[in-house]
Amino acid sequence: MSDIVAPSTTVAGPLDVAGTLALVQEALPDAKPVSAGPTDYLEVAPDQLIEALQVLRDQGGCDLLSSITCTDYLSYQGRARAKDGPRFEVVYHLYSTAQGGDCVVLHVPVDDGESLPTATPVYPGANLQEREVWDLYGLVFDGHPNLRRILLWEGFEGHPMRKDWHEAYYEEDQKPFRSRHPRADFARSEDKVPWGKNTRYPADWDPDDWQEPVTYVPVSQDPRSRNGAGDHLSTESVVVNLGPHHPSTHGVFRMIVRIEGETVIALEPDMGYLHRNHEKIGERNTWLMNMPFTDRLDYINSMSNNWGYALAVEKLMGLEVPERAEYLRVIMAELSRIVNHLWSIGFILNDLGALQTPALYAIEEREMILDLFESVSGARMMCNYLRFGGVHRDLPAGWAERARYVVHERLPRALDQLDDLLSGNEIVNTRGRGVGYLSAEQLISLSVTGPMIRAAGVPYDIRRCEPYGVYDRFDFDIPTLPHSDVYDRYYIRLLEARESVRIVQQALAGLPEGDILAGKGGYVFRPPEGEAYGRVEGPKGELGFYLVSDGKPNPYRYHIRAPSYINLNALAPMTVGYKVADAIVILGAIDIVLGEVDR
Amino acid sequence: MSLAPPNFPDLKTDQVESYLHPSVSVPEGLNNNVLVTTIDRLYNWSRRSSMWPLLFGLACCAIEMIATASSRFDLSRFGMEVMRPSPRQSDLMIVSGTVTKKMVPAIVRIYNQMAEPRYVIAMGACATGGGPFKEGYNVVSGIDKYVPVDVYIPGCPPTPEALMFGLMKMHQKVDTQSVTTADWYKREGSAFVPVPHLGPDIFDPRQADLIRAETMSGEAVAADTGGDRAEGGVPGGLRNLGEKAKARIAQAKERAAARLAG
Ligand code: SF4
Repeated sequence: MSDIVAPSTTVAGPLDVAGTLALVQEALPDAKPVSAGPTDYLEVAPDQLIEALQVLRDQGGCDLLSSITCTDYLSYQGRARAKDGPRFEVVYHLYSTAQGGDCVVLHVPVDDGESLPTATPVYPGANLQEREVWDLYGLVFDGHPNLRRILLWEGFEGHPMRKDWHEAYYEEDQKPFRSRHPRADFARSEDKVPWGKNTRYPADWDPDDWQEPVTYVPVSQDPRSRNGAGDHLSTESVVVNLGPHHPSTHGVFRMIVRIEGETVIALEPDMGYLHRNHEKIGERNTWLMNMPFTDRLDYINSMSNNWGYALAVEKLMGLEVPERAEYLRVIMAELSRIVNHLWSIGFILNDLGALQTPALYAIEEREMILDLFESVSGARMMCNYLRFGGVHRDLPAGWAERARYVVHERLPRALDQLDDLLSGNEIVNTRGRGVGYLSAEQLISLSVTGPMIRAAGVPYDIRRCEPYGVYDRFDFDIPTLPHSDVYDRYYIRLLEARESVRIVQQALAGLPEGDILAGKGGYVFRPPEGEAYGRVEGPKGELGFYLVSDGKPNPYRYHIRAPSYINLNALAPMTVGYKVADAIVILGAIDIVLGEVDR
Repeated sequence: MSLAPPNFPDLKTDQVESYLHPSVSVPEGLNNNVLVTTIDRLYNWSRRSSMWPLLFGLACCAIEMIATASSRFDLSRFGMEVMRPSPRQSDLMIVSGTVTKKMVPAIVRIYNQMAEPRYVIAMGACATGGGPFKEGYNVVSGIDKYVPVDVYIPGCPPTPEALMFGLMKMHQKVDTQSVTTADWYKREGSAFVPVPHLGPDIFDPRQADLIRAETMSGEAVAADTGGDRAEGGVPGGLRNLGEKAKARIAQAKERAAARLAG
């Protein structure tokens, strides 16, 4: 439409990671540099963490706190670590959106029962991730504004990601379970427990005495505001609960909203309704077994999820990927980005009240792409296509022609049609323009990535800032839009889908012949000890995998930096002040998938 | 390609054939105007031809459910295109995805709010038995642990074709029901499913006695939770289980063997 699309902006140059770490060391002489496999990081004591973060933010230019997670080293079997060190290490990954490049990594060792300061005053985006670490590991962040359980419920017994926490169906720490392989003497897990369910209760616990704990979420503590001057004409705000079963919330997501009239005055997201313990299961699986599980994270884009994981493992193992496989990866990831953006455009319109018709048009082309996926990988949605060092299968005969037809004939036309029908539509404009505004600086400080910040004018795209695969060979733009509102978030997806079409066209034209898998493949991988963080520009933002290997056939730590989850940091600040009906579409324009939010 | 024009009277006869009363017939000459059928046949026909699903998705399987409803597969051929967000207006709950402990109280409440006759389809491996996430600490291994299920559809996710096959099985099931025996016409009505509570772990009020007996007995509750491969010990999943648990497993295996033999 009339908005000017900024031409592809080149970033200022990769961040000097070693130099930035040196800055911190200068300020904090106690910080200890450590090298773990491909990653160099600094070990910082808990009481110096805030200072280190401040140095990184103010002097090092790291404005994006990308990921916070924790590792429990209780049963670590590698040799590289002293056995008597503190049990937990909290890990911080930081980036510079202005310069791009690799990440700066900090580790904060903490022992059981100790606490560490919250990073929220320096980086407000730490909020949700610190709550997750508290929920799953039981580490307290002093001064956190709202340290409640987030994926589980208040009152749950224990912190399940600790290595010594086992569920009732627990069998072994490592797969394949020996009862199934090589012996096939399995038992139904249900039979192990008297009540046939995967639940455990503390000893001496009596269900009859149990009372539902009353927990206050911040919106219900909000001071009762009163409107109107006269005594007889005052209004009172009310709390409205949206979800977890709500037709607009894109799955099982819950928002607790305090509204006055129709205006939202406070909002609290509540999630975990699809928390299916991906990470706990992932740490039992072998490295390769996790690949199909990544399909089920953001289940609209299995291909790019596969890529993020493969990238991290390849970093850890130092694997080179053959050129043909790199091209195939680009083709698949960009096709799935198109699927995702079509899907999200359709459902933004759904949230605007145009129930189903635009969505039906938008996902029509999806079936064409899914057919391509099915013929190359065997499955429509859960493709499980990438392997460490390449891809699983080569293209079947005729695939490239079909793909060419789709990206040259069908998709450009479909995108133009959506543009024609929607972009000038009066309702889309009036409901979208100026709604859900947050400035680019606010979004970055809330750790938001992906189309959301590009719709705020920040040309931060990992395909450009820290190119992976063969993205540096293609000619494409990083579109940005200036307004940072719902309309721009809708429109940026259309523009990005067009760029993806361009990339796939080029990749199909330049697809080289050759191998598709480096090395000998196989099922058992033992990456050398160390840790790695691999990230790709997923359709929803930065999708990162943080992996720790202790040299065994199973990942010691397997963490997903899920863009949908972290982008939700911005939900409350974006929504407050708008009408409750706008809350729905603001959420829709963040484009979340619950499989990835809750993992 | 040319198609012969359909012979409408024949077509009509074909289509109504299966609904006609088995023994009562209409006198010659009237049978173009009058049909005799049974309440059950008429009632089942209308019920299964306009079964409105609840607009309710849990996880990945819901995406395939949406794909089934959209233009390529087109659920309206089954009279099902009207997905209702309100449980009060819907007849069928398609549990499409992983059921988590945190979500299951809401699902049971929704189920209780649906007006009878109501049906439940467990779509996909997760809703059927926990699927790939069965061992997860927040995952319910199958929605049938809480609400009764009519049709299970395997797959991860089931393709739209598989979902439609499941819906056709559902129709077959509806066709076998009779108003004289259906639960929802019984004098006492059918019972609500008690809503599970989120305690230290989720618990089903129906099992409170069972749980109390174990937790108050002072013995280890479930599988012993210690141990690791490196520590040696008996290999396999039966290691470290209490005697009671081993006995339960032996009994279950016997039952399964008996079923296979008989
Ligand atoms: S059965 Fe498979 S596709 Fe369906 S919800 Fe479970 S994991 Fe997802």
